Amino acid sequence: MFVRRYLIPRLIQYVLVILLGITAVFFIPRLLPNDPVMRTVAELRARGSTLEPGAVDKIIADLTELYGLEGSMGEQYWAFWGRLLRGDLGVSFFQFPTPVLRLITTALPWTLGLLLTTTLLAWGIGNLVGGFAGYYSNRRWSHLLDTVAMVLRPMPYYIFAFALLLLFAYVVRWFPVSGGATLGRQPSLSWAFVQDVLWHSFLPAFSIFILGTAVWFQTMKLVVQNVNGESFVFYAKLSGVQESKIVSRYVIRNALLPQITGLGLSLGLIFSGALITEIVFSYPGLGTLLYNAIITGDYNLIMGITVFSIVAITTAVLIVDLLYPFFDPRIRYM
Amino acid sequence: MDNTILRTAALQAFYQLDLYGKTKVVKAVNEVDLAIQADEIYGIAGESGCGKSTLLKALVAAVEPPLRVVGGKVTYRIDGKEVDVSTLSPEEKRALRLSYIAYVPQGSMSVLNPVARIRDTYRDFIESHLGRQRHQEAFALAQDHLTDLGLPLKILDAYPHQLSGGMRQRVTIALATLLKPRILIGDEPTTALDVVVQRGVVQLLKEVQARLKNTIVLVTHDMGVHANIADRIGIMYAGRIVEEAATEKIFGAPAHPYTQYLISSLPKFGDKSPRESVPGSPPSLANLPGGCPFHPRCPHVQTRCKEKMPGFTQIEKNHRVACWLVGEGEHGQAA
Amino acid sequence: MKLFRDLLRDYRFALGFWALCLLLFFAALSFGSPYDPTLWGEVPRDQRPSAEYWLGTDSNGQDIFWLATFAVRNSLIIALIAGVVSRIVAVVVGMVAGYRGHTTDRVLMFFSDSLLVIPLFLVIVMLAMLIRSSLNLVTLGLLLAFFGWAWDARLIRSQILSLREREFTQTSILSGANTLGLVFNEYMPYITPLVFSTLINNMAWAIGLEITLAILGLLDLSIPTLGTMLYWAINYQAILLGRWWWLMTPITISLLLFVALYWLSVSISVYLDPRTRVQRIGAG
Repeated sequence: MFVRRYLIPRLIQYVLVILLGITAVFFIPRLLPNDPVMRTVAELRARGSTLEPGAVDKIIADLTELYGLEGSMGEQYWAFWGRLLRGDLGVSFFQFPTPVLRLITTALPWTLGLLLTTTLLAWGIGNLVGGFAGYYSNRRWSHLLDTVAMVLRPMPYYIFAFALLLLFAYVVRWFPVSGGATLGRQPSLSWAFVQDVLWHSFLPAFSIFILGTAVWFQTMKLVVQNVNGESFVFYAKLSGVQESKIVSRYVIRNALLPQITGLGLSLGLIFSGALITEIVFSYPGLGTLLYNAIITGDYNLIMGITVFSIVAITTAVLIVDLLYPFFDPRIRYM
Repeated sequence: MDNTILRTAALQAFYQLDLYGKTKVVKAVNEVDLAIQADEIYGIAGESGCGKSTLLKALVAAVEPPLRVVGGKVTYRIDGKEVDVSTLSPEEKRALRLSYIAYVPQGSMSVLNPVARIRDTYRDFIESHLGRQRHQEAFALAQDHLTDLGLPLKILDAYPHQLSGGMRQRVTIALATLLKPRILIGDEPTTALDVVVQRGVVQLLKEVQARLKNTIVLVTHDMGVHANIADRIGIMYAGRIVEEAATEKIFGAPAHPYTQYLISSLPKFGDKSPRESVPGSPPSLANLPGGCPFHPRCPHVQTRCKEKMPGFTQIEKNHRVACWLVGEGEHGQAA
Repeated sequence: MKLFRDLLRDYRFALGFWALCLLLFFAALSFGSPYDPTLWGEVPRDQRPSAEYWLGTDSNGQDIFWLATFAVRNSLIIALIAGVVSRIVAVVVGMVAGYRGHTTDRVLMFFSDSLLVIPLFLVIVMLAMLIRSSLNLVTLGLLLAFFGWAWDARLIRSQILSLREREFTQTSILSGANTLGLVFNEYMPYITPLVFSTLINNMAWAIGLEITLAILGLLDLSIPTLGTMLYWAINYQAILLGRWWWLMTPITISLLLFVALYWLSVSISVYLDPRTRVQRIGAG
């Protein structure tokens, strides 16, 4: 039952979403009226960029292949998939001939480090505080936190990031304005380097963390208020079960279930928001790589980042979905 | 000797809702006097929306805003002393629950913690009252208890969604009687079960009462269940008790027109005449009609019914009715 | 009107409403602007806020106060186009999926789920890259509308599913009403409130994406919007050079706008919530 009604549909959806997403990436340039290859090349020339000799030819060839303009569309579509499955995302035009995949894997640890820590921390703390605020929703501190969350919740990451920048880095000068580490410092595993990285990533991490916490706080508070009205909570209270047990084992434990689903659903949004935050702080992750790709018109790199992100996010969502049954016996023993 | 274990005196419990600047008062329980005896099964009957479940909350001392007790009191007799529940601290109240007064909810899908095995729920309930016993001891206690009630031990390892409705209902009764409480309060424990299972649950409640010699207050709209199990019945309408008598009297000689309707709507063996149901619907507790709240639906309505709420008339020993048709209400007062 | 008065008693609605009125008034001021927002060098560059230039001037030689009036107006126009067009898509998809059910439902919901899971933002960036030269207010609005219907279609679908169980649907089908006519005539009144509360959320989302795309330089940068104002400020390193007033204005306006829209939508959805509605009308 569990395998047939839960596991298999999830896996099918996983494969289908990746197929659909990458197919969209493949067809988008083709559906536009103008010839994307010549347009891109013209744009590169118009920027007066200094392309290495031979790069232009390679770019034209690459683009032609990538966009599926050589041979029949079907053939090119399969070739495109063949390359992707081999992990070949082509080469960057502007850091020619560095493979796109290498650029991505260089930037990835920065983004992953920032995103994983802030998202998990925000999810955990937001749910904990929101859980208690929902259980004690008549208390004064609960109302106060609610109001704070009401103000923070609607802000996009980057707007909040800018506000923080203006405040901390300019008005009060506590933290560096940009970068992942002090310029010129070589990455190493020394404590000083780690400290330097943490110091530089504080503002971007803080902005993602605070807004994430506000979101999880608010949704958790609502869920808890609903769970609080469930009859098993009323029953436990009327049976004199200790309040600490009711809060943790009955209310928060059950309210976490929709929050796990919510985490999966919002990973895409969180990821997008984090990319922009990186750009605001010139943090050397995927976001800044994307920004550089856009301003230099490095279409191959953008496509690589997009394909990579689709696979990464969909996989992350799948992992959340696969972990869910461990928390919900109703799914496990369906 | 007075054998009253649970008493309410002129109890008034209202919901006070504040919505968009307007205060709305819902008079869910109004002037209710009950004297429930030790070792009896007392039934509270009435349609949905008549204040039954609010009265139940007041009886188990679980009144929380927006519900407030605005008048009267609820008292328990504990070790021979009358205790006003409003004077108890939250911790004192918690200690009384399950060990002195226990609540049997409707065994719905969501009545037991859906992410915990029955064993874990047992452990939570036991630990909360007997402290952190060794896990083995708690488990042994739960096992003995289930065996006593004739429930299969394997349900301890089940999750609530794996049990049938009847089995969940039995588990809630088992949990509620774990610490041999003096008072059991049942909240529609037979609703949503099919007839055969229902009979089993009623039987289980009777057995429990016979063994523990305790008091059961049973709240349900189902007159058939009351007929089966209750010693005495209070009929509730629009937040008030309108008639109270021994079960045979309620079914044999109902005096209040509302009670008469409730009885005549019951199917009787061999009787093929059409069932009469009460015309109209109960009034909103936020907007009660003046006088006797039943007058808009009453077939015998008179002028004074619309003007003044009748007091109780004692028409026989232990049979009181609040209706102008029956008497002038010389016994007990009702506003 | 009674609905509006009820809502105004909620402080969240009142604050959001008056903040939005203020911003609309601000946007309306653009019609009386002494400067053409597309021209540079009309005023001295990089002036601090003063009696003459209330909010200062930027490095392009534009008056920030008047530029901001245009920016608010244009950002709201983009949001309105995106919001209204995506509402139409969401209503049609939600109704058809909810009403037809079966395979139609599964296919449509698969598409909307995919849009929710895929990091859409990157796909939009890719598209915007390719059509960047033709991205004006209208095309950007349409582009955002194309991607902004998925979640709300889901909400409308579930509303339709619950309505479908009601009696009047059965009666209408038996009396031979044509399906499409039935859907629109019978259901529209029930989902209109939902359409409005999601419209506000969707507008906030659209303004957010407009700002994002502009920061990435993917808009026609001569059109003043909240996003392009930020783009130029970043481009000229306003923070490093200490020109705080340049960033301050678009940031403050954006914060006000996002908070106002959010508070309006929260207040409306609380009002629409059937559970609180029961309390308001007054049952036990």
